[in-house]
Amino acid sequence: MTEVQNKESIAGKLVAVEGLDGSGKSTQVYLLKRWLELDGYKVFFTEWNSSALVRKATRKGKKRQLLTPTTFSLIHSTDFADRYERQILPLLNAGYIVLADRYIFTAFARDAVRGCDRTWIRKLYSFALKPDITFYFDVPLKTALSRILDGRTRVKYHEAGMDMGYSNDPYESFRIFQGKIYSEYRRMVHEYDFIRIDAAEPPDVQQTKVREILENRIDLPRYRWHGPIYPRHIA
Amino acid sequence: MARTDLSPAHRITMLKTKRFYGKGIPKVVLDELKGQLIVVEGADGSGRSTQIDLLRNWLERRGYPTVNVGLKRSMLVSRELEQAMRGNILGTRTLSLFYATDFADQLENRIIPALRSGFIVLADRYIYTLMSRAIVRGVEPAWIRDVYSIALIPDAVFYLAVSPRILVERNLRKHAVLDYWESGMDMHRSPNMYGNFIEYQRQIQKEFKVMQEHYGFETINGNRSPRAIQNELRAKIGAILNGKSGLTELTDEGSNDSNRTERIARSVTALANGDKRDQPAVRGQSAARHRTTDRVSE
Repeated sequence: MTEVQNKESIAGKLVAVEGLDGSGKSTQVYLLKRWLELDGYKVFFTEWNSSALVRKATRKGKKRQLLTPTTFSLIHSTDFADRYERQILPLLNAGYIVLADRYIFTAFARDAVRGCDRTWIRKLYSFALKPDITFYFDVPLKTALSRILDGRTRVKYHEAGMDMGYSNDPYESFRIFQGKIYSEYRRMVHEYDFIRIDAAEPPDVQQTKVREILENRIDLPRYRWHGPIYPRHIA
Repeated sequence: MARTDLSPAHRITMLKTKRFYGKGIPKVVLDELKGQLIVVEGADGSGRSTQIDLLRNWLERRGYPTVNVGLKRSMLVSRELEQAMRGNILGTRTLSLFYATDFADQLENRIIPALRSGFIVLADRYIYTLMSRAIVRGVEPAWIRDVYSIALIPDAVFYLAVSPRILVERNLRKHAVLDYWESGMDMHRSPNMYGNFIEYQRQIQKEFKVMQEHYGFETINGNRSPRAIQNELRAKIGAILNGKSGLTELTDEGSNDSNRTERIARSVTALANGDKRDQPAVRGQSAARHRTTDRVSE
């Protein structure tokens, strides 16, 4: 662990999707995963804030509003490290295509908005490999907001950035918070070579583009399963 | 100065501004932190808790309000961390970050508010134990230092160094069994737990020695009697509370207060950048300079 592993020595490929809530990125990464697994590729999907072990503490912290910007940041990095150490890195070493629904950039954006030092956050996550491809689903703020606010009746406390005290109205708070996250993402587009996907286009059009880019950038046949295909991979 | 007078009325109101190791916690006004943060470090069986109990009695008898903090005591994650430790299922980096979460929760919700109210915070272990544990398990020293750049620089850190052979005796006498983690059983898989314990404690002590140079804390010979150790701690803490001394004092040159804090911060930054040559040596106050007649009477 002393040296962060040299990227060239890793057989797998890491693909991350980023974007605002309501950008449609989860739908797109789901379709990507379906395509790859149905076509018989070694693929693994991982989601932000999903480590079973850490999630309990995160949930309690959120529910009882115990979190500060620093502990919010650290508990999410703990969750990420758990998934990274036990799944993402071993699977990359085993030659998988790993699809990540949100990656370190989500932390960079959210924690910076919450007031954590940008350099500190980046150092916190310095052990994580940079993705081979990062798709950024870019959608006008208005569209993202209406997709979330029209579809659901309630926005969650932290999702709305209520801990920041922007407004007592969750919807107003959500708008302000998402607006700030949006600017953070825009700052990172060039810094981290995001591939911008126009998320205002129809989903199938977006998916076609995403698949094309993936095929151009990744030598897919290398990631095919060999030997008999197990039942869960049969379409 | 024949006697170390510790009554709060005589306390010198020298404004010594606190500092973080790095950027610290957002929005904390350091000038407001009037209390003192005193850390006691050492392995299980080093006498840490005994010494802290005695210090608390001593301080409270003299009218100093005192708060205790320690590892794995946060409201946020202590229970979950305990569970994870029992199962031994987390990776090294994950465990480090989990501990960092626990630490940050206590720093923000206990340590900083107490210091703001002018309390003395007695910390039963601090970031140094957490860093040494991570480093002996292969985590990059620069990374773990960056993680803990959120920490406040304590007013004093005392490291109770006890030889591994004495540690093993004390632990066995007390519990008749050695702790899994304090024996480094996740690292040393030899069937000889006794040997593992000694080997692991040696590695930790080696790491403390390296850190001592960087962070300038005082090593206390913990092989002595509890009374002798307590007397030494009281003499040193007494000097700090009278504004005469402190962990952050540099032994070379008579540099003034703000100057020396700056130099400490610079040396820590240099460290974080992996620069090992150009930093000033940071040392603890020499023990001989302050004598006290305030002995342990218990």
